[in-house]
Amino acid sequence: MNEFLHQLLAGLATGGIYASVALALVMIYQATHHINFAQGEMAMFSTFIAWSLIQAGFPYWGAFAITVVLSFVLAAVIEFAVIRPMHNAPVLSVVVVFIGLLVIFHSLAGFLFGYTIKPFPSPFPADAWYGGSLMSAHEVGAIVVALGMVSLLFVFLRFTPLGLAMRAAAQNAASSRLVGINVGRMLMLGWGLAGAIGAVAGMMVAPVVFLDPNMMTGVLLYAFAGALIGGIDNPIGAVLGGFIVGVLENLLGTYVVGTELKLSVALVLIIVVLIVKPSGLLGKTIVTRV
Amino acid sequence: MTHLLEVRGLHARYGATQVLQGLDLDVAEGQVTALLGANGAGKTTTLRALCRFMVQASGSVTLAGERIDGRSTEQIAQLGVGHVPDGRGTFMGLSTEENLHLGAYSRRTRSGVADDMERIYDYFPRLRERATQQAGTLSGGEQQMLAIGRALMGRPRLLLLDEPSFGLAPLIVKDIFSIMKRINREEKVSILLVEQNAKLALDLADTAYLLETGRVVLSGPSADMRRNDAVRRAYLGE
Amino acid sequence: MPNVAHALSARTPKAPSIPTSRGRWPWVVLLVLLLAALTGVLKGYQLFQGTMVLCYAIALLGLNMLTGYNGQISLGHGAFFALGAYAAAIAMEHGGLPYWLAVPAAGVACLVVGYLFGRPALKLEGLYLALATFALAVAMPQLLKYKHLEAWTGGVGGIVLMKPDAPFGLPLSQDQWLFLYALAVTVVMFVIGHNLLSSGSGRAMRAIRDHAMAAEAMGVDNPHYKSMTFGISAAFTGVGGALSAIAVQFVSPDSFTLFLSISLLVGVVVGGLGTLWGAVFGALFIMFVPSFAESISKAAPWAVYGVVLIAIMFAMPGGVVGLLRSTAARWQRRRAAP
Repeated sequence: MNEFLHQLLAGLATGGIYASVALALVMIYQATHHINFAQGEMAMFSTFIAWSLIQAGFPYWGAFAITVVLSFVLAAVIEFAVIRPMHNAPVLSVVVVFIGLLVIFHSLAGFLFGYTIKPFPSPFPADAWYGGSLMSAHEVGAIVVALGMVSLLFVFLRFTPLGLAMRAAAQNAASSRLVGINVGRMLMLGWGLAGAIGAVAGMMVAPVVFLDPNMMTGVLLYAFAGALIGGIDNPIGAVLGGFIVGVLENLLGTYVVGTELKLSVALVLIIVVLIVKPSGLLGKTIVTRV
Repeated sequence: MTHLLEVRGLHARYGATQVLQGLDLDVAEGQVTALLGANGAGKTTTLRALCRFMVQASGSVTLAGERIDGRSTEQIAQLGVGHVPDGRGTFMGLSTEENLHLGAYSRRTRSGVADDMERIYDYFPRLRERATQQAGTLSGGEQQMLAIGRALMGRPRLLLLDEPSFGLAPLIVKDIFSIMKRINREEKVSILLVEQNAKLALDLADTAYLLETGRVVLSGPSADMRRNDAVRRAYLGE
Repeated sequence: MPNVAHALSARTPKAPSIPTSRGRWPWVVLLVLLLAALTGVLKGYQLFQGTMVLCYAIALLGLNMLTGYNGQISLGHGAFFALGAYAAAIAMEHGGLPYWLAVPAAGVACLVVGYLFGRPALKLEGLYLALATFALAVAMPQLLKYKHLEAWTGGVGGIVLMKPDAPFGLPLSQDQWLFLYALAVTVVMFVIGHNLLSSGSGRAMRAIRDHAMAAEAMGVDNPHYKSMTFGISAAFTGVGGALSAIAVQFVSPDSFTLFLSISLLVGVVVGGLGTLWGAVFGALFIMFVPSFAESISKAAPWAVYGVVLIAIMFAMPGGVVGLLRSTAARWQRRRAAP
């Protein structure tokens, strides 16, 4: 029983990472109706930036803050310079652009920072009061951070005029202009937030799996699955989905199929869920009167 | 009398297709002005051209003495032009009250938003009942009311209404038009109304313009227009 | 849930309906003859590259059918490429089939699997289907390495194959014969594809892509067509995979990673969605651009590749064929205008 609980909690811990990346995916999806396939690589790149700052002597939280801001700006610039010019292009052409970004970030990271695995510090001291035998302090911290981000985001999107404007711009750019919303700025804002969230996710996962350019490649798929299972239009759903996927992956891997097949089995289960409930567990089916 | 809106030499095109061939029109402060004409005459294009919305336009547009023709759609909205587009332009995935809140987005101050929403609900009680419902589930008439309400939330000086009767049952249309009369009087909002239903439009409007293939062919007080033989035959079916 | 298929059709530059290329056939025949003649000129390795381009072209034709003509997205067609390759390998190794039977057999196997996958998967739209196919692509290498299937798949080591000799004692090297055989298969597949797409079924497919609800209202059996399209698309890609297995003389799980699926998608888009010739241009892109990128930058070749991808999408969002078509149209307009 103890072992099961341990695996469950470990699943929650990895789930927190998936949840954070899923949240970033949902942000961009809500703002632009595109899936940012480069999200994982951007997060990894941000983490390398933080690493460089720490290597240069910055204290952890200073590096953290600067990285978050830089990631926000970088993502917003990418939206403006790379994605916005494609706004009239066919959907799949935009997907190819995302793939291009993915490949560029991955390769640049390797080129600039090298492929050797590097340790990355955790802000949560190993002997903190909230750590224990079942979950390490860092795992607890990572979950709290993920939950904190989603709460802030939820409040922002649901209860502030700017958040409402962002959702509106994503759904209906034309009508948004008519009420005075600068749609371009909303897009940059959405991307910036996603970039910042991704950076935080990267900095949370790096202490556990160590930092290298391949760090986030596997995570993206789980995050994508988590976002869909929770409902791609719903930040809370994305986070919930991320946690579910994390637990599922861990339990399946430990008790059912072993590490080689756990990915396939987890995904099959997710697909089954989606066939039964296509808009995800918490997704809204948008009803349109024909 | 200086007009709230003065338009001179308005040209507009979609891509290579020229739709407006140089329009002049005026909207007087506090009045309802109607744009009449058959399908394809360029009525909707005129409203869009005023907001630089979805068309390429040129020509001077002056709002309360200020030139607005160089501005973007969102800037023009922020300057007090509320555009109720054809097809309503509802934010389908958001709730009714979220749609209304969005109307207030461009206002400088947050104060009075709640009061304004109350007033909109007074004009359109059906919307109050559906406040938290997803806007996509509203009926056509309710969505039209929502679109008008949303535009009013911006406290506009000028309301542009594009085919409010389109696709709606006659009783609902009557309802909406009488509410618009109230709005014009009580809110002191000037209205530029595009309508295919000439009779309804002339009943509501003080002044009217008749468009044909992108040009104004007739204009004047609506009482005169109603008596004009050509108008009566072609558009009033008399 | 916004319908990606609908969005796809709304912004895909709609190819004019397959032109009855009566006038084009002579040019195509000429091209094929030219390519056949190349076997005398090209060296062994170049012939191998040429054969691989043909394999990819067939595979891309399959993917294009699904994505370009039917509006369903697949991020996992590498799995069908792998399936075709392994089906052919297993048929030859364990079933004793000659290569020229193994290739169509692989196609049939993929048709069945594709249809079976398509039937439940078609309930998923857009992104969800993308995820499901993505999962398929990721799962395939793992399945191929799976212990309990090792007797058939050869596990991590895979299966080694032999290149066939030219038949009837023709004076051609193995590489030359394989290239000609691949060329013949390619022509056959493209003819089948062309006929399929210009038939009533093809119109039904495109109707579903452009407006699924209207298509259904007009009596198109959407579920059947969508799963059938999936099956046929898988069959085509499987044939490409089967040919590639023979050309490479080797199948192993790590040859068919997620990256292959992504490359196929990139190839289809760069070539031109919803066009037949797009498959050819896409295949050339997949084959040669990665090494071109490496020649530009040894240190970060994929960064160059990514930049090339983005640049191409900026310059020609409709793919190579899209660009050719719009230039041709502009040329014609300029000639027509006084």
